[in-house]
Amino acid sequence: MLQIENLKSRIGETEILRGLSLSVNPGEVHAIMGPNGSGKSTLAQVVAGHQDYEVTGGSVTYKGQDLLELEPEERAREGIFLGFQYPVEIPGVNNAYLLKAALNAKRKHAGLDEIDAFEFLKMAREKMATLDMDPKFLNRGVNEGFSGGEKKRNEILQMAMLEPELAILDETDSGLDIDALKAVANGVNSLRNPDRAIVLVTHYQRLLDYIEPDFVHVLSEGQIIKSGDKSLALALEEKGYDWVREAASA
Amino acid sequence: MATESENLESLVNRRYEHGFVTEIETETLPPGLNEGVVRAISARKNEPEWLLEWRLQAYRQWLEMEEPEWAHLHYPKIKYDEISYFAAPKSDDDRPKSLDEVDPKLLETYDKLGIPLHERARLAGVAVDAVFDSVSVATTFKEKLSDAGVIFSSFSEAVIEHPELVRKYLGTVVPRRDNYFAALNSAVFSDGSFVYIPKGVRCPMELSTYFRINAANTGQFERTLIVAEEGSYVSYLEGCTAPMRDENQLHAAIVELVAMDDAEIKYSTVQNWYPGDENGVGGIYNFVTKRGDCRGANSKISWTQVETGSAITWKYPSCLLRGANSVGEFYSVAVTNNMQQADTGTKMIHIGPNTRSTIVSKGISAGKAQQSYRGLVRVMPQAHGARNHTQCDSLLIGKDCGAHTFPYMEIKNPSAKIEHEATTSKISANQLFYCRQRGISEEDAVNMIVNGFCKEVFKELPMEFAVEAQALLNVSLEGAVG
Repeated sequence: MLQIENLKSRIGETEILRGLSLSVNPGEVHAIMGPNGSGKSTLAQVVAGHQDYEVTGGSVTYKGQDLLELEPEERAREGIFLGFQYPVEIPGVNNAYLLKAALNAKRKHAGLDEIDAFEFLKMAREKMATLDMDPKFLNRGVNEGFSGGEKKRNEILQMAMLEPELAILDETDSGLDIDALKAVANGVNSLRNPDRAIVLVTHYQRLLDYIEPDFVHVLSEGQIIKSGDKSLALALEEKGYDWVREAASA
Repeated sequence: MATESENLESLVNRRYEHGFVTEIETETLPPGLNEGVVRAISARKNEPEWLLEWRLQAYRQWLEMEEPEWAHLHYPKIKYDEISYFAAPKSDDDRPKSLDEVDPKLLETYDKLGIPLHERARLAGVAVDAVFDSVSVATTFKEKLSDAGVIFSSFSEAVIEHPELVRKYLGTVVPRRDNYFAALNSAVFSDGSFVYIPKGVRCPMELSTYFRINAANTGQFERTLIVAEEGSYVSYLEGCTAPMRDENQLHAAIVELVAMDDAEIKYSTVQNWYPGDENGVGGIYNFVTKRGDCRGANSKISWTQVETGSAITWKYPSCLLRGANSVGEFYSVAVTNNMQQADTGTKMIHIGPNTRSTIVSKGISAGKAQQSYRGLVRVMPQAHGARNHTQCDSLLIGKDCGAHTFPYMEIKNPSAKIEHEATTSKISANQLFYCRQRGISEEDAVNMIVNGFCKEVFKELPMEFAVEAQALLNVSLEGAVG
């Protein structure tokens, strides 16, 4: 589904990704871990198409097409979803309005009719119930005055509504209390299926107690230096990142 | 989101949709202004002697006045001698009695504007006194209104049929020499609307006038007078478009509102005149004096405006809060794109006790546009317990535009409660990226954010007008980003 080969990217003059390769297939859950500044968020932003990140080498193929040729909105309509680490506030724009616009943009791209208002509300209410969210959130401004936990739940709600094929969640666990973490994990787990891939970008093993990954990758200085199964995350928790770095450079 | 926008490039290059010219022969006075021209205008309208005299006095006062230069606006000197001060469709003498008699080309023009007059009026329950150039050529729903005792007619008609009412109120809210442009209008005003709501009557429908400037080099000098007697209510809608022109067109309108005891007037404007091209060539110069007089106790006047057009906008719809407990409101969305300039705001003059006013101003600037909010809140010594709340927000799109705020407060009564809030924000790259990552195009994202920003004002507009305003905003900002 997603093939990243020797990807190099920089922001301004700073090179961040230095030859990263990663392959993700449908049905898989990958966890990307690594210390601060290793390039985890950059990877997420580059795949989503953020204009500030310049790709200087390598390739990214998604469902057989050159992903780097597509505009961010085209990538989204093709099924790529990014759960933001810091979701922005858009004052005055109704949460339901944004969700519906997003959903319809995707439906239109797929040659479907726009969703009717009744069906949309029903769908939104169902998804919100599984995330333990108050339906009133629909009528608030997008992320306007939301707490950190509310913003992250809102990201998961959007993901649940848009049903992406490839979901990248950028530190969705950071800043969550245990109840919010469980609710978010619940939401993610309910979306796991054989056609959908999920990439979790995280600092902590904690999230992986609730969402069990198929693969764990360690990112350091813009490259994946070690890959393994979920036991790798546990080893990292115990021994820290230096252990992997030393092993990699040995 | 209504529809997915076309690609950015074609949007940027799209021409002003309403920039066409209807080929109707117009009877136009030669350019220039003198007493002879004032007399000719008055004579053509068969006006009574007192009105001619009133016009002439205004003209003489205008000659002694100076064009104001305090506004934050830059434009070449207006050559008043090169403007023609009157244009009327040739069929003036032979006024159509119904739409069937209206020049088909004129009806076609309305169609292009998306205003199929008869249908729209009937469907929306709106009476339309359509002003084409300077003379009204179609008036509908008159009978239904007259059953309620409401007078809604062109200004010229009111002068003939209700001279006593016109004479009683004309110039009592905006005096002839109030300002340079008001004096000019008072001398040469061509036509406009007159509304009279009798005591205790709630006007059975929203009243609407569509203005349209059409003849080249013709200044448009509209004059509107609305009087709401004790305990009455009226909602009035004004919307405008203009055809594309290379030379600048001067517009100096006056609107006077009078609200007696317990009366309420709601005045809504959507202004979409030709703003000039992306290099600042052409476009309407719009110098407007709008003022409402809350003459009676517990009266209320509410201005709502959506301003997206004109090359230059100079406009401060104001309220004189004379009656005890009277209320003034000003809700405004102003959009300036490309080379447009706007200096707009309001004046709230608190004279009576316990008077209240609310100001909500939303300014949006894009391209190289410059926009200023200029607002005055004045509390007179006798205005005990006056209250004002002002909220003034600016949204910038891109880095070459500007927003300026000039709030003036003159508080001469210590019991006054005055609040002023102001914000300036930008549509951030992160907001746009967030929306795009959800599959929404950049153009649609901008529209969505802008409409969210303006929500507080749009909700003050009558429903069908709000939809129109929202669409207009989207068109006005096409190509603003990217």
